[in-house]
Amino acid sequence: MAAYVVRRLLQMIPVIIGSTFLIFVMVFALGDPVAGRCGERACPPAYVAKFRADNHLDQPIPVQYALYLGRLLHGDLGTTFAGNSVGAELIQRWPTTLKLALIAVVFESVVGIAAGILAALRKGKFLDYLVTLSSLLVISIPVFVIGGLAQLIFGLRLGIFPVTSTQGTWGQLVLPGLVLGALSLAYIARLMRATLMENLRSDYVRTAKAKGLPPRRVVGVHTLRNSLIPVVTFIGYDVGALMGGAIVTERIFNVNGIGGFLFRGITLKDGSIVVGTITCLVLVYLLVNLIVDVLYGVLDPRISND
Amino acid sequence: MRARTRLLAGAAVTSLALLATACGGGSSSPDAGNSAGTTGGGGGQITVNGCTPKAPLIAGNTSETCGGNIVDAFTAKLVHYNSDTAAPEMDLAESIDTSDNQNFTVKLKSGLTFQDGSPLTSKSFVDAWNYTAYGPNGQAGSYFMTPFDGFADVQCGDADCKQKPKAETMSGLKVVDDTTFTIKTTDKVSNLLTRLGYSAFAPQPQAFFDNPETFGQKPVGAGPFKVDSTGSTETVLSKWADYKGVAPAQVDQVTFRVYQDPSAAYNDVVANNLDVLDQIPPDQLIGDQWQSDLADRFGQRDIGGNDWVTFSPEDPQLKNNVPLRKALSMAIDRTSILNTVFNGTRSAATGWVPPAVDGYKAGACGDACTFDAAKAKAAYDAAGGYKGTLTYTANVDGAGNADMGTAICNSIKNTLGVDCVLNGVNDFATFQKGIDAGEYKGMMRSAWQMDYPSIENFLAPIYSKGADSNWSKYDSPTFADLLNKAAAASTPDEANALYQQAEAQLGTDFPTAPLDYKKANFGWSDRVSNVKITPFGTPDLSSITVK
Repeated sequence: MAAYVVRRLLQMIPVIIGSTFLIFVMVFALGDPVAGRCGERACPPAYVAKFRADNHLDQPIPVQYALYLGRLLHGDLGTTFAGNSVGAELIQRWPTTLKLALIAVVFESVVGIAAGILAALRKGKFLDYLVTLSSLLVISIPVFVIGGLAQLIFGLRLGIFPVTSTQGTWGQLVLPGLVLGALSLAYIARLMRATLMENLRSDYVRTAKAKGLPPRRVVGVHTLRNSLIPVVTFIGYDVGALMGGAIVTERIFNVNGIGGFLFRGITLKDGSIVVGTITCLVLVYLLVNLIVDVLYGVLDPRISND
Repeated sequence: MRARTRLLAGAAVTSLALLATACGGGSSSPDAGNSAGTTGGGGGQITVNGCTPKAPLIAGNTSETCGGNIVDAFTAKLVHYNSDTAAPEMDLAESIDTSDNQNFTVKLKSGLTFQDGSPLTSKSFVDAWNYTAYGPNGQAGSYFMTPFDGFADVQCGDADCKQKPKAETMSGLKVVDDTTFTIKTTDKVSNLLTRLGYSAFAPQPQAFFDNPETFGQKPVGAGPFKVDSTGSTETVLSKWADYKGVAPAQVDQVTFRVYQDPSAAYNDVVANNLDVLDQIPPDQLIGDQWQSDLADRFGQRDIGGNDWVTFSPEDPQLKNNVPLRKALSMAIDRTSILNTVFNGTRSAATGWVPPAVDGYKAGACGDACTFDAAKAKAAYDAAGGYKGTLTYTANVDGAGNADMGTAICNSIKNTLGVDCVLNGVNDFATFQKGIDAGEYKGMMRSAWQMDYPSIENFLAPIYSKGADSNWSKYDSPTFADLLNKAAAASTPDEANALYQQAEAQLGTDFPTAPLDYKKANFGWSDRVSNVKITPFGTPDLSSITVK
C-alpha cells in the first residue's frame, strides 16, 4: 500500500511537467497580451516595449518556459500584470474555493446517494419516478439559470441567503454551494440508483438474504459498498471540476475563488495567472484521484492496489 | 488484517484532505470595513462597485477606468472638474496664467503636502510629468505630455527603445521656486488648463521616484482619500483630513469592491449590500425594470462619452464614396435601436461631440444622422450601392455591443436591402489588434470616453492625421488647419467656434457615422444620499454622505 502511494506520487511529476509545458506553450505562444491594456487607444510603443521586456515576452518559448520553471521551483509563481503575486492571490482564494467545493460535495453526496438508494429500493413506485424525473429536470436546466433563479428567489425576494458572496464566509457560500451541487446531485442519484439496482440482482445478495440477514444489513453493508465505486469515481472527478470549473456560479454570486481568477487571466491574456493556476489545479486533481484510488481498496476488498 | 490496513490508509488519506480544507478555511478573508452598515452611527463607510486594475496604481501609467477610478480618488491635480458641469476649478493650483496660450505660469497653494507627509512642490509636478513622458519608462500616459516643448527629445529613437532619447527632461517645464513653475508648449494650446485635471498630470511624491516598481502597491497622492490597502478583490480608501483642495470627502471610508459580473453588482445594490453602482446591466434596462427595482434610489445623467461607426479605410467600396457612407448612416434608425437595446438610456447623436462637453453644438451631422428610409434608399442607389456582404465588426465583451451591432445591421438590411452581418470579436484586445493590422472591412464599432471635458478631446485624438485612435485614417488639411487655429485661439469662445467648424468639416467628409451619446445610469443603496455621477461617468466620492 505504501509502495503504491509512493509510486503514484512519483508518477505525478512527469504529468505536472508535461501539462504545464503544454499550457505554457498554448498561452504564451498565442495572443498578444499588450493590446487593449490602455483603454480605448493603442498603447504607446515605449509602453509596449517595456511591458514585453518586463514579462520576457521577447525570448523564444523554451527560454521563457525554462525561466518559468526555475522560478516555480523556488515557489515563485510569478506576478500578474497588475503587480500582485500570483501565489499570494491563489492562497487568498484557495480557502473560498475549498469551502464552496466542500459544501457542494457534501450536499450532492448525502442527498444524491440517499435519493439514489431510495429510488433503487422503491423501484417502479412513486419515489422512483420522482427521483428520476426531478433529476432529469435539474440536468436539463443550465447552471446559470438555476443560479440566477436561486439568487433571485432565495436571496433577493425571500432574503434567506445573502445575495452575493464577496467575503467568502461559510454562510455566504451555502447558496452557491447548493447550486453547484444540484447538477452533480442529479447525476449521483441516477448513478447510485442504476448501480444499486444492478447489484441487488447479484448472487451474493441472494446468498445473504438466504442466510437470513436483515435487509438493512444486506443493502447497507454489503451491496452499498460495491455500488459506491462508480459514485466515488464520479465524486472524485467532480471535486476536480469544482476546483477550477465553477466559473459561471462564481460570477453570479461574485465568489472570489479560483475559477473566476482563472477566467480573468484568460480574458486579460495574463499568462502568469493562467499557467500558475492550472499548475495548482493539476496538482489538486492528481491528489484527488490518488485518494479515490485508495478508497477503492477500502470499499471493495477484491480490488488490490499492489 | 488486510481490510483494516486499507481502512486505516483510506481514513488517513481522507482525513489529510479534510485537514487541508480546515487549515485553508482557517485563514479568513479580509473583512475590514467592507460589510456595509456594520459600524453604525458616525462610521460613514461606503462600498462602490469596482473592477480589477490592469496595472499598478501609478497615475502616469493608468489609462483604463478600473485603475483610473481609484487613482482619481487618491490623487489631486492642479485643477479639479466640477462634478455637475465638468468645468475646471483650481484644486492644488492657486492660479494658472497665460497671455499667449503658449507660455503658462503655474502658482501652487502654499503649505501643500502629500499623504505621507512629504512636501508637495513644483518639483513634484515637473518630475512626475518628465517621468511619464520619458520614453524608456514606458508609461501609458506619456501621450498626454505631447504638447510640452521638448517632448520629442525624451522619446525613444526606435520602437523597441534600443536608441535612448536625446534628453531626460522636457525643456518646456521649468521650476522657478517651490510654489511656481512655468510651462512652455511647442504650439499654442488654448485648452491646456482644461487638460491639466486629467489623472496623468498628478504630482508624485519622492517615495515614488525612490521606488517606482513597488509604489503602486500602496500609492500616495494628495487627494481627498488615501489608500489603505489594495488587492484584486477590493481596494480600501479612507478620508484624508489634510486635503487642501476644493472637493473634500464626507464619508470616512470607501471600499471599491470588485465584481466579476455587473449583474451580481446590480443584485447587491437592490439588496442594499452595495452602496453605489455606476452602471446598470442592459437586461435590467428593459421595461425600466431597474427603476422599479430601485424605487427612488436611481439616477441618470448625460456624460462625456459617445459611440459611432467607423468606415474601414481598407474597404475600397467605402473609401472614396462619401454619398454611400452618408446613405448607410441615414439607413440606421438610431432612435428605435437605442430604445430597443438600451431602453432609451442613450440618446441619438446629431454630431461628433456629446452635449455634456464644453463646446458642444448640435446638428453637425445633419441629415445623415436622421433616419429616412426613402431618402436613404435613393441616396444609396445613386451612390452605386455596396456589393457583397457588408460587415459590422465589434468586440462583444462589452454589454450591449453585440445587440447594438445586430440591430444596426438589421436596420441597414431592411432599409437598403444590402446583406449586413455582425462580425463579433471576442474581446477588445483582439479587436484593437485587428484594427491595427487592417483586417476589417465595412463598418467597425467605435466608442470614446473623454479624458478631459473639451470638444478638442473628441476631435484631435480621433481625427488628427496619424493619431493612435484615428481608425478611419482621416486626413484632411482643412480639418488640421482648423484644429491648429483653434489651438492658437486667444479666448475659449473663439477656440470653441473654430472647433465647431472643424466638427462641421467632419460632417462634410463623413469618415465616421455618429451613433449615440452615452448616459450614465446609476443606483445606490438606502444607506447613502447625495449620490452624484460626474460627467466622466464615475461616482463623485467627495459628495456622497451616509444617512
